[in-house]
Amino acid sequence: MPAVQLNNIKKCYGALCVLDGINLSVEPRDVVAVIGQSGSGKSTMLRCINGLEQIQGGSIDIVGHRIEPGTHSLRSLRKEVGMVFQSYNLFPHLNVAENIMLAPRVVKNVPKPEAWETAQMVLKQVGLADKVGAYPDELSGGQQQRVAIARSLAMKPKVMLFDEVTSALDPQLTGEVLKTIAELAAAGMTMILVTHEMGFARQVANRTVFMYKGQIWEEGRSEDLFSAPKTPELRSFIAPNLK
Amino acid sequence: MAYQMHFGPVLDRAPEFVDGTINTILLSGQGIVIGLAIGLAVAIIRVEGPRWLDRIAVAYIEIIRNTPLLVQVFLFFFGLPYIGLRLSADTSAIIAISFNLGAYSAEIFRAGFLAIPKSQIEAGLALGLTRLQTIRYVVIVPALKVVFPALTGQLTLTLLGSSVVCAISASELTLAASKVESLTFRSLETFLVAGAIYVTLTFVFRFTYWLISLWLFHRKDPARFQIAGALPHGQERVEA
Ligand SMILES: Nc1ncnc2c1ncn2[C@@H]1O[C@H](COP(=O)(O)OP(=O)(O)OP(=O)(O)O)[C@@H](O)[C@H]1O
Ligand SMILES: [Mg+2]
Repeated sequence: MPAVQLNNIKKCYGALCVLDGINLSVEPRDVVAVIGQSGSGKSTMLRCINGLEQIQGGSIDIVGHRIEPGTHSLRSLRKEVGMVFQSYNLFPHLNVAENIMLAPRVVKNVPKPEAWETAQMVLKQVGLADKVGAYPDELSGGQQQRVAIARSLAMKPKVMLFDEVTSALDPQLTGEVLKTIAELAAAGMTMILVTHEMGFARQVANRTVFMYKGQIWEEGRSEDLFSAPKTPELRSFIAPNLK
Repeated sequence: MAYQMHFGPVLDRAPEFVDGTINTILLSGQGIVIGLAIGLAVAIIRVEGPRWLDRIAVAYIEIIRNTPLLVQVFLFFFGLPYIGLRLSADTSAIIAISFNLGAYSAEIFRAGFLAIPKSQIEAGLALGLTRLQTIRYVVIVPALKVVFPALTGQLTLTLLGSSVVCAISASELTLAASKVESLTFRSLETFLVAGAIYVTLTFVFRFTYWLISLWLFHRKDPARFQIAGALPHGQERVEA
């Protein structure tokens, strides 16, 4: 059974259909890269998958939950689906440990010692064990983003969604975040990642999806998609990225 | 010819002033606590509540902000008995002050909420928090930080504004001063003393807000946090 399945989903703002009949199936342990031009609907698709946006048509099946137009109670789903944003969104008044422990404590009622242990574990996983007491504004962008990933991991999600998590970072910091994601992939996490890093998509994602005008224009094994793009749109999209 | 000040007779009435001061502290203190609770609840209704409730909240805020506090005090004092609530002047005064502050502070809290980026709220929701949990754990502290100066300014107005409840003979400092004046006929001296006490009270209240701000917005020392967190479970300090 797929971990995530999008069945003909539609998302429109007035007359503009940002997602126009998307079908996508993600198996457990899949790493799916989503690429496409700005405005093609990549973020919107991720936001629909964890219910930050309502869909207007179709349905989404995700780790045993179903989202349809009008579905409201998405909390049980969000406990199992992590999302990491381009702008990190760490909580500025909480230090690293508190940022990470908040959701387990409040949402899952995990006792403090256990939440603390989990926090240390996930921080080690992203290579920031020594930053446990730091505040977000004391960290570099790359470190903040890794803490944001750790914060998601602390909820022990079954699926992780990444929305251009390296777009706000310079190349060197991008590298450390991508390394963290690659390690997660190797550990078998199911992931959907929107990215502009073509090389990374090709390397880490076993499948890549190319979105164009609110549709999935082309998809396939990353290797095939990048080496032999079928549609002219994808060809012209990846051409500048290939040296 | 200069007026000769005589503070002696006024200062002989120190017990009245002390009583008045204590009553003003109690009156404003309770008004501030209840008023802020009302304000916070109304602000949350305004940003999160259903439309019909928001309408009621707006009506409440507009009514309070467009009528004088003194009129509100009279309305609560003379009006509540008509709906079967017979309350003392002191209690009516607390209620009037609370509802007055509730309206003003609601707008201040709301401004704070609106100053927090939507992305922070989405991050909270994406972690599985409810909207109310997100407000409670993610939004409130940063929002309070933004509006803290405006809020404490409003609280000072409430403290000083509490003097108008002397009109219904609720016990507080200005009423005490009026009594002293009528007994001593030393009007200027009496109200100079009262004024000095108000200045002092303002400073004491402001100092309290400052302490509260330290407690709300302080940062834990990272080194101490590591030890405090690590020791209970018998771990060594995290290796760098
Ligand atoms: N709240 C909204 N109201 C109206 N239109 C919106 C709204 N949110 C997004 N859109 C539109 O939806 C389209 C898709 O946006 P989306 O953010 O999903 O694109 P994207 O593929 O993530 O782009 P980028 O690479 O720039 O992040 C855009 O044309 C955008 O203008
Ligand atoms: Mg986007």
